Amino acid sequence: MSLLFSVVAVVILVLIPWVGVGALDLRLLFGVIVPYAAILTFFVGIIMRVVGWARSPVPFRIPTTAGQQWSFPWIKSNPVDNPRNTRGVVLRMAFEILLFRSLFRNTRLEFRQGPKITYEWEKWLWLAALVFHYSFLVIFLRHLRFFLDPIPGFVHLLESLDGFLQMGVVPLSGLGVPGVYLTDMLLLLAVTYLFLRRIYIPQMRFISLSADYFPLFLILALGLTGILMRYFLRVDLTAVKELAMGLVTFRPKTPEGIGVIFYIHFFMLCVLIAYFPFSKLVHMAGIFLSPTRNLSNNSRFVRHVNPWNYPVEVHTYEEYEEEFRDKMIEAGLPVEKMPETPEEEADSAEEAGPKEEAAKE
Amino acid sequence: MSDVPKPEELARIDHRPPELKGWMDMPVEIKQGIACYGGKPQNLEYVGLPNPREWSPFDEDWKLPENWKEIFLEGLRERLERFRSLKVFMDICVRCGACADKCHFFIGGGDPKNMPVLRAELLRSIYRREYTTAGKILGRLAGAREITVDVLKELWYYFFQCTECRRCSLFCPYGIDTAEITILGRELLNLLGLNIDWISAPVANCYRTGNHLGIQPHAYKDMIEFFVDDIEEITGVRVEPSFNRKGAEILFITPSGDVFADPGTYTCMGYLMLFHYLQDLGLDITWSTFASEGGNFGYFTSHEMAKRLNAKMYAEAKRLGVKWILGGECGHMWRVINQYMDTFNGPADFLEEPVSPITGTKFENAKSTKMVHIVEFTADLIKHNKLKLDPSRNDNIVVTFHDSCNPARGMGFLEEPRYVIKSVCNHFYEMPENTIREQTFCCGSGAGLNAGEDMELRMRGGLPRANAVKHVHEKHGVNMLACICAIDRAVFPPLMDYWVPGVNVTGVHELVGNALILDGEQERTTNLRGEPLPGMEEEEDV
Ligand code: SF4
Ligand code: SF4
Repeated sequence: MSLLFSVVAVVILVLIPWVGVGALDLRLLFGVIVPYAAILTFFVGIIMRVVGWARSPVPFRIPTTAGQQWSFPWIKSNPVDNPRNTRGVVLRMAFEILLFRSLFRNTRLEFRQGPKITYEWEKWLWLAALVFHYSFLVIFLRHLRFFLDPIPGFVHLLESLDGFLQMGVVPLSGLGVPGVYLTDMLLLLAVTYLFLRRIYIPQMRFISLSADYFPLFLILALGLTGILMRYFLRVDLTAVKELAMGLVTFRPKTPEGIGVIFYIHFFMLCVLIAYFPFSKLVHMAGIFLSPTRNLSNNSRFVRHVNPWNYPVEVHTYEEYEEEFRDKMIEAGLPVEKMPETPEEEADSAEEAGPKEEAAKE
Repeated sequence: MSDVPKPEELARIDHRPPELKGWMDMPVEIKQGIACYGGKPQNLEYVGLPNPREWSPFDEDWKLPENWKEIFLEGLRERLERFRSLKVFMDICVRCGACADKCHFFIGGGDPKNMPVLRAELLRSIYRREYTTAGKILGRLAGAREITVDVLKELWYYFFQCTECRRCSLFCPYGIDTAEITILGRELLNLLGLNIDWISAPVANCYRTGNHLGIQPHAYKDMIEFFVDDIEEITGVRVEPSFNRKGAEILFITPSGDVFADPGTYTCMGYLMLFHYLQDLGLDITWSTFASEGGNFGYFTSHEMAKRLNAKMYAEAKRLGVKWILGGECGHMWRVINQYMDTFNGPADFLEEPVSPITGTKFENAKSTKMVHIVEFTADLIKHNKLKLDPSRNDNIVVTFHDSCNPARGMGFLEEPRYVIKSVCNHFYEMPENTIREQTFCCGSGAGLNAGEDMELRMRGGLPRANAVKHVHEKHGVNMLACICAIDRAVFPPLMDYWVPGVNVTGVHELVGNALILDGEQERTTNLRGEPLPGMEEEEDV
């Protein structure tokens, strides 16, 4: 159901520019207006999100400690997984964001009747996630060649590395297409894996929402149209660059001769960008604000203040003693206040240590 | 335990969720053996919690207040504004499923809604409906749903099937902590008087008498004096604890479970012996009948209740004029002390930065809370050779160590207990790597779920831990499970009997007490439990 909905949604999204540019020639709309709107939505949306998160305070220090705390000099602490200061937190976050540290811990439950439970090696999710994100990043950076003039050196470097690896390392490069980018393939592979995993693992299927399938399909469509354009339905790259430069220099142009396929690709990107702030994709920004990861475990030695801390009603010692005084005295426990005894003789005994008196009984 | 199915039966677990139905189409079914009883009105009234009434989760009518929806949603809004954790966690889950098979309740029960991600989605779906555009427009397609009485029941059922152990958060790539969501979810439920008796009764007790078990001052003293007699019988040495003594240097606070029930009581005897031993070396310590609880069931109710119950620690330290506080072996007590206490009720500027009077070690890591963990304290003593120990007295046991969730994942207290255990025992084996330290499995009964009526849930939730114990039991002959948590000590014995018969449970300071050579002690023939020491079995019989 949610799967179907996402497929239909993406198909419709593909059709929109197809009809729009292919049949109606609305190049201005799809080449200029939609992109600007998408970018604007992205920035405004993300800023609103982050500001929204940041407006809520972090009342308590709740890092998930994943290693030994800092205590005695003779006990080796784990400064990264259980950071005690900002340096540790920065390292922890770097590991988390650059290497997906927590996901790397992943194991898979093996349950055999008996019962016998083991936790198996499972790094595929971590690997696929890493490949997916890094491929995306490289592809994104490669695309800067369209938006920057002159093209910076690192983009060239990236391109040649990306293309070179495919030619040099994988024997299949024999497919003969010059300059096949490794990342294109990896991205598609990773997305496919992430998708199959969702439908093949019963638990995954159970927890998945349309909001999980939709971005995968969107990215798949984005990638496929990109590949189509690059290897099969070639488009006029000079014209594309002209359009892109027009956008970034705020002198938008809609040159002739760019194929519809480009507009589809471009529209997918716009949808993705605009969808970003309203979806789970905000995890990219959210992870920086996750209190179980970005705080140091120092609340025992550095006071953490809760901005909305308020006084609460407590049961005081005085109230406690009031209720139990007689029993306390009888048990020989010290009390703050001796009871006002009605008996006269008790008065004189008061100073001379009535507690001991009572205790002896 | 009679109505809990046999282990063989219970172990037939299917982890596959239904093929065709979505989770929103599976109405909640409140099961006996899984759910706990509702809180009693008098306990709620005593501490001023909302909607006190007689109610049962097994009844159709939960006697909710008229405007329950409003209260719930308003409560949610307020918490989103107060806790960045909640807001971020509501937004960024990608449902990658990394956390799904990490929860002991899912592993041991197979109920798909016990996958941490789904537990969180139960609340997230309501959040989406109320606070996100997509959820408002697309409804179910965006994973949003309206809150109804049935949904509320579902929330209650599953938030009281989470022990707030944080194992899921360890594996989440974004650090989403379902425990935090449960904590706040329970806060919301408590606004409507939806709680469990096993939490609200201890809370009311603790508020009144200072401890969860409702032990009154004279009885508290009596119970400890009972241990004093036992110690004298076993060692020939009479220890002399003091209570509520003003001017002592250190205040000692431990969970009341330690004075109440075996095997925690033996750990308590261990503390008493240690303090006695150190007296001549300069230890000046007092117990308190008022601050007679280290644990904090308020934390399983709401942050506010946690703060209210926690307040007595500093208050009593101030009243008695001590310099710092020493804390006993307890799990969630230490999470509260480490991550909340100073923020709740600090600054404790009337106390001094803790220094061990025996070794002179400064506890730099407790500079602000001014509260030291007794296992740290003892580890430091052992490191400085201040204790005369005879580990061979523990030779009849083969020990493994269970990291309690809270000290492990809410503090990082991993090496200190191991160091102490290895110093006082000759036979120690670790359980498999994926089940200890930060990856440790919960006992299955934490966060207030250690009641009697939810025994099936507890046996299920404890299965992953028991399974790991079984592994070392079979491989190395482990017959003793050591831990530093009072709830563990209370709940592991039935769990072990159920899954791994032949394994006993101990606190770390019981082992210390056994090994510790007191000045002027008689030759010991038994350990603190009255069982013959290794090599003494014969003599016992004669
Ligand atoms: S591991 Fe984190 S992101 Fe993945 S499903 Fe669980 S809570 Fe969501
Ligand atoms: S905190 Fe523990 S009990 Fe709760 S969902 Fe996570 S793993 Fe399960």
